[in-house]
Amino acid sequence: MDRLIQPAMFAQPFMQNALLTGSMAAGLAGVVGFFIVLRGVSFAAHALGQIGFAGAAGAVLIGVAPLWGLVVFALGGAFALGALGVREQERDATTALVLVAALGLGALFIALNPVYATEAFALLFGTIVGVSRDQVWQTGLLALSCVAGLAVLYRPLLLATVNAETAEARGVPVRLVGILFLVVVGIAAAVTIPTVGTLLIFSLMVGPAGAASSLTSRPAAAMGLAVGLSLLATWVGLIVAYDTGWPIGFIISAAVTALYLGARLVGPRLPRRRLAQAWNSGA
Amino acid sequence: MADWVRQYLFSPDMFSNDQVTGALLAGGVVAAVSAVLGYFVVLRGLSFIGHAVTDIGFTGGAGASLLGLNALWGLATFCVAAALGVGALGNRARERDVATGVILALALGIGAMFLYINTRYVSAPFTLLFGSIFEVDPDTTRVMAWVGLLCLAVLAVLYRPLLFCSLAPETAEARGVPVRFISTVFLVCMAVAVAEAAQVVGVLLSTALLIGPPATAAYLVARPGLGIAIAAVAGVLETWLGIDLSYVSYNWPPSGKGWPVSFFITSLALGFYVVARLLRPAFRQRMGAAPTRIRAD
Repeated sequence: MDRLIQPAMFAQPFMQNALLTGSMAAGLAGVVGFFIVLRGVSFAAHALGQIGFAGAAGAVLIGVAPLWGLVVFALGGAFALGALGVREQERDATTALVLVAALGLGALFIALNPVYATEAFALLFGTIVGVSRDQVWQTGLLALSCVAGLAVLYRPLLLATVNAETAEARGVPVRLVGILFLVVVGIAAAVTIPTVGTLLIFSLMVGPAGAASSLTSRPAAAMGLAVGLSLLATWVGLIVAYDTGWPIGFIISAAVTALYLGARLVGPRLPRRRLAQAWNSGA
Repeated sequence: MADWVRQYLFSPDMFSNDQVTGALLAGGVVAAVSAVLGYFVVLRGLSFIGHAVTDIGFTGGAGASLLGLNALWGLATFCVAAALGVGALGNRARERDVATGVILALALGIGAMFLYINTRYVSAPFTLLFGSIFEVDPDTTRVMAWVGLLCLAVLAVLYRPLLFCSLAPETAEARGVPVRFISTVFLVCMAVAVAEAAQVVGVLLSTALLIGPPATAAYLVARPGLGIAIAAVAGVLETWLGIDLSYVSYNWPPSGKGWPVSFFITSLALGFYVVARLLRPAFRQRMGAAPTRIRAD
């Protein structure tokens, strides 16, 4: 046991900070991911992280803190995706185009910058073991506000996702709710990227929630399960990374994939209530 | 020609530059092939896979270089494997979205692992993402043209059943069309073409050229044949305009620094698309057909 989990790691301040930030990012990713999977907007989640990267490159060019560029671009991207991708069939293509246009802009910022934008590149992989205690509080506060935003959106968002027509008939502003949700995804990505990186947060948003959705059809249970699996993957990732020195992005994405494949195998064999069919067909 | 046009917008000198003519040729081939394949990618709602495949291919390239193999083979192998994996895991649209995401995240994670093992490859992500269209040698262009032609030939054979499956999958299945098989063959075809394109113009441009022109065309006309033709023309036009602007941008501020060609082509791809969406009502009136008719619903 001692060889698998070295108790000494919990005494290291940098590991404490990494565990705290990792857990907060994982929890946030689980909650947001539940809706991402339900709405089928994984591509938008992937795109918002990368769009933020372009913004960080721009911020470095004009000499501002990268976080600001990240937030501004993620917000702008969320609005662009929401405004252009109204109907389901066109959403995919518009996401791709907004994403490449933003990355093209990022290429321009990097080319115009006389210095190599190391700070911007660092964001791709994040620096979870280099997180300060201040950053932990900062991430926690911002993550909490994202969860609070989702709590406010919860009912209308769920209704608009599961049955858009009924929602519309009941006076829910379906389109606005969709855009606001993407804004929350954008902010969630922006606040977690500096610590855990684009790759990790995307993996934690999509995989655990995808696994949860093939195991249960009840919204609250699926969300709880997504958070639980996401936390599990993060802790396993941090512990193994501490032992081996391997990149944490690799370990966590491998753990998440294993969870997802396991759930896909087990899911169909579970007894289900009839609601499940209606839920999965996206009705 | 006015001097300022020559200086800031279009300079005929560029045709006497070998790098530029090479880029025009390679870019033109990639743009035309991508647009034709991309029409079906957009029609079938596979844009996420079309993009993910290239990101995944980057991991393959890193892995191949780790083993001392040719990066192109690693790239192509990973692209095709990813296409097959997504095909196997995602039958329904909702599943496909998540399955693509999980496979993409895993591939990027493996890429991070490769980078950790082999630090030699660290500068490669930048090149692979943004490409180096001005440094394509004629031999590569020739290979690319042949692979592209092969993909188009497969597509020509599949054309009718593929269109049928894309527009009305249930009816096609009921009539005995092997929907699953055709969809897998198409995914592999797309993966090969996209891997080829990504190797030359970068991941970013391969996605832009795969999705942008066809999405633009689908807004303007309903007939698939005409749509494919418009997409190909738009793709080549965007690419050539982008190369031209990148060439003259050496005269733009800040002086002496060229603006990257990927910036121009991706912006043009998004720009054409937005204009097409704005023009749609006018076009629909004149052509007398609702463009949405090609959509399955």
